[in-house]
Order: sequence, then structure tokens, then C-alpha cells
Amino acid sequence: MSGVEGYMYPNEVTLYWSVLIVLYPYITGLVAGAFILASLVRVFRVQAVAPTYRLALLTALSFLLVAPLPLQFHLGHPERSPEMYFTPHATSAMAMFGYVYLWYLMAVLVFEIWLDYRREIVVRSQQTKGLLRLIYKVMTLGSNNISERSLHIDERVGWVVTLIGIPSAFLLHGYVGFIFGSIKANPWWSSPLMPVVFIFSAMVSGIAGVMLLYMAMTKLRKQTIDIKCVDTIAMYMFYIFIIDFSLEMLDLVHRIYEADESFRSLDFMVHSKLFFSQIVLQICLGTLLPLVLLFLAQVVKFSEIVRKRIYVFCGSMILISVFAMRWNVVIGGQLFSKSFLGYTTYKVDLVTKEGLLVAIGFLILPLLFLWALLKLLPPWPEPSSHQAASGD
Amino acid sequence: MNISRRHILVLLPAAAVAWKHVLAGTPEDSPNYKMSDHWWGMLIDIPKCIGCGNCVRACQTENDVPDGNFRTWVERYHVSDYHLENPEVISPDGGKEGFPAVKVGDEGKYFFVPKMCNHCSDSPCTQVCPVGATFVAPDGVVLIDPKYCLGCAYCVQACPYGCRYIHPTKKVADKCTLCYHRITKGLTTACCEACPTGARQLADLKNPKDPIHEFLKTHAVQVLKPQMATGAKAFYNGLDGSVR
Repeated sequence: MSGVEGYMYPNEVTLYWSVLIVLYPYITGLVAGAFILASLVRVFRVQAVAPTYRLALLTALSFLLVAPLPLQFHLGHPERSPEMYFTPHATSAMAMFGYVYLWYLMAVLVFEIWLDYRREIVVRSQQTKGLLRLIYKVMTLGSNNISERSLHIDERVGWVVTLIGIPSAFLLHGYVGFIFGSIKANPWWSSPLMPVVFIFSAMVSGIAGVMLLYMAMTKLRKQTIDIKCVDTIAMYMFYIFIIDFSLEMLDLVHRIYEADESFRSLDFMVHSKLFFSQIVLQICLGTLLPLVLLFLAQVVKFSEIVRKRIYVFCGSMILISVFAMRWNVVIGGQLFSKSFLGYTTYKVDLVTKEGLLVAIGFLILPLLFLWALLKLLPPWPEPSSHQAASGD
Repeated sequence: MNISRRHILVLLPAAAVAWKHVLAGTPEDSPNYKMSDHWWGMLIDIPKCIGCGNCVRACQTENDVPDGNFRTWVERYHVSDYHLENPEVISPDGGKEGFPAVKVGDEGKYFFVPKMCNHCSDSPCTQVCPVGATFVAPDGVVLIDPKYCLGCAYCVQACPYGCRYIHPTKKVADKCTLCYHRITKGLTTACCEACPTGARQLADLKNPKDPIHEFLKTHAVQVLKPQMATGAKAFYNGLDGSVR
């Protein structure tokens, strides 16, 4: 059979979870990571990263809005997906998706953004005209009181929401890891470490994503990049990445040392089918190289411009690495037979419902949402004339 | 078109004859079937399987199984004396058309293993279904409601035995139903009926008169992948340790 080496159970030859299912944990990971970065400011009072606070929240929202779309496109019967809300199956990890998603979207993210922007929304609903005025009016939800006392209450409630948001972000993404980690039939997935690894890789990718967006947008707006801000972000990214890498290595070493019945099969897969995406892309280029560079940036006194370049390179490599990690988990978990006797091949389609173009579209769509949100709710103060002139 | 009384006089008896033919091929309804009176499983006697593929063909015909997917299939194992843990397994087109001849002088042993849904009582596939579209019926058969299934394929991933697939046109999960439309009417499954050697036997564990009880008492019977603890009800006699 074409694309099959050794023996696969006949129903295993086709992969049912495609690149869209790779996108799903990738996108939710970016959401969770971006939110954790925002929480550094709000809850942990890390003022150095304050310039990214609102951008992180809007980024999280943009990606969260897109997160369910790959799933919808993947379903054989997307019109039946509301059944997950109406008649969820209590024993299914996947059944909780709708609730976790809605909780995180409405009770945490949208609520926090609304609280944070409420003053601006009210002001804009009075200053703008036409359709924009109507949009802002709706967004006030009838709450026009922007007195000191009222804003102080917003601040307190916002703090509590962020506090609740941290475990919620962990829940959102840890739960995605649990969907894979709880499948005992699949030794590549079945691991209690899976949700934890997912959470930490999510934090790294989300932080890297927001850092890159912040640097790119500041450049585009011809403003000065706050080097203290990106230095601090890079420091957190470095430490979290170390934890993430340690956990992944712990999982790997445990598998190698234990060498159970599946080991020979999985080991062969890593050295053949997944060699490029796992060994080269995820581990060497996407993890070890950024870790070394970020470490050097911590201990060597590079100039600002060198540090910025290091951060841009490392941020980009981390985004690629985490995508590769999701790919290796989702696709890798279906490439070998549960008989441990053979391997199949995954060929990405180009223009089908679950093809590459759709996947690229789902990666671009959050950026379009972000652009719209930035227009509607600018996360930065309007630049004064001398700032605009100085550039970077 | 105007239909006259003469037309009706001709058409009605013809329709009656046609309907009688339809009924003749349909098993009788079984209004008295009580799910709670049964606990279905399957006995698979490996030494009796000759790898003819009759069961696979019968299943595909009976259940309209799409090409390339299988509700049941037959594997041929070749276990070498030197590589007991790494058998060579083939199942060309699910064993539907039989198997190529064995090379003369090949060392080791050859045997056939029919595979199908194990109708697990603690089935991982039903556990993970997000809407409960797949379920263990009170008579022990694992079924899928095709009008409810989302087609998410989570159950396909969760099945340790590779028994499920997504139907290419219906876009829902599909697998062996143990010929539910037959067994609830007192018939056996299509694969059991087509097996020329009796290597497959439908078993009702709640029926004290079922020969399965005597068989289980007198034979060393195992299930596939017992470490998965799925409560599998496809019982294998003569199962070699190399079978996965």
C-alpha cells in the first residue's frame, strides 16, 4: 500500500486528525501564553512589561476567536457541534471544550478587556460619530459612569478577573493537553506530563508572539521599542522555556530508559518520519539554539540593537518550534500503527477543506481580527508629535 | 397520467407480489427482544481460521462497508523462531480475497487472526465521545448513532484495536455493530454465518445454554491487549503472544 511501511491495521492508513488539529492546540497555546504575559503586569506587578499589557489581551482575544474554527472545519458534521453544549458526554475530555472555551472567552478575556477599556469606550462613544459611535455605545453595555470611584471598582474587579484568568488559561490549554495525554491507546500521547508540557510550551509561544507583535507594531508606528520591556519579556521567556524543555526532556529520557513495548516503534519514527520536524526543527533549531542565544543575552552585555535582533530571531524560532511540537504530537501520534509494526504517511492537501491553504488562512485570520481590534481599541496612547518624529 | 380502475386492478396484485418478496428476505421483527436479557460477545477460534476472507466479504456486503475501510479483517501472522516479538503481519485488502501462498521452507509458524470491534464493556471509544453518540447498549454491543455523531474522530484515536474509521461519505464514525439488525431478530452475524469452519461464533454470555460457557471452561481463552483493560468481549482461543 502506498505510503505504508510494515503493517498498519487497515483502518489506520488514513490520518483523521489533520493539520487543522495541529493548529488548534497551537492557537489556544498562543492565547494562554499571551494572557499569562498580561497577567505579569496586572497580578504580578511586573511594570517593565506594561507596554505589552493591552496588546497581549487583544492578541489573546483575536486568537481565541479563531481557535474553534479549525475544529469546526475538521468535523464531519459541524452543524451538530452545538450538541456538545446541549448534551455533553460527561466522561469525554473533549465535551468540556465548549464550556472551557466560553468561560475563558466571556468570563475572563472579554470581561477583562471591557473593564480595562471601559473608560475609553465611554469617552469614544461620546466623541465619535456615525457607525463608530453606535459600536462604542453598544460596547459600553449602558455603563457610562466613569467617575473615579467607578474606575477604581473596575480596577479591583479587573484584578480579580485576571487572578481567576491565570488558572483559567492553564485550564484552557492544560485541558487541550489532557485530550491527547489521556488516550491510553496511543503511547505517543498517553502521558500525565502532556498537559504540563502543553501549558509551558503555550506560555513560551504566547509570550514570544506578543513580544514580536509589540516590536513589529512599535516599528510600524515609528516609536521607540522599550528595551527594558523586551529585555524583561526575553528573561521570562528564557526561564519558562528552560522549564518547558526540561519537562520535554524528562518525558523523552523516561521513554528511552523505560523502553516499553512501544519504544522500538516510536524510536524508529523519531529517527525517520519525524527526524526533520522533531530533531532538527523542534529540538535543535527551535529550542537549543534560542536557549543558547537567550542565555547569552542574559549574561553578555550585547548592544541594544544586537539584543533586539536576538529577541526577534529567538521569538520567531520559538513560534516555529512550538508549531513543530504540536505537529509532532498530533501528526506523529498517527503515523505509527497501534500494532507497533508499521508506519503510514501524512500528505498535506493543498486546497481541500482541511488543506494547507485553509490552515494558512486560520493563521492569518487572527492577525486580521487583531488589526480590527487595534483600530477599535488602541492599546497605546495616541503618539505626541515629538515621539512620532524620533522613531527607532 | 390518468390511472383507471383497470390499471389499479393490474398494479395492486403486482405490488402485493413484490412486497411479499421483500418480506421474504427480511428477518421477522422481534418485538420481544429484550436488551437486558443478553450480553453479546464473539468467540474467535484462531486454529480454525483458514484465512479464506469469507467473513470480510460477507460483512462488506451485509453492511455496505466502503472500499478501503473494514468492520472486520483478517491478518496473517508469520512468527519466526528468532524474532518472536516481531512478527511479520499482512492483511492484503483486509484479507478479503485471501492471502498469497506461503514460501516453501519458511521457518517459523503461520496463522490467521480475524479482527473486529471487541465490543468492550469499558470501551475507551465511548468514554471519549463528546456527545455520547457512541455507547454500550444494555446488551453489551457498542453502537454508534449516525444521526448524532459529529465526525470528530476522537473515538477513532481512542480505540486501541484500530476498529473504527470515518465513513467517507456519511462523515460519521463507523465500525462493526455485531450485525445488530440481525442478532436482535434471532439471527447470527453475517461473518459467523459465512465462516466455513466455525472460527467465529456469536456468543450470548447471559444465555446459560450458550455453548460459549462450556468453551470458556475448557479452553485457554484470551482477549487482545489485556493491558488496556477495556473489558473486551472478542474472546480468542489459541491466541499467540505475538498478536497485537
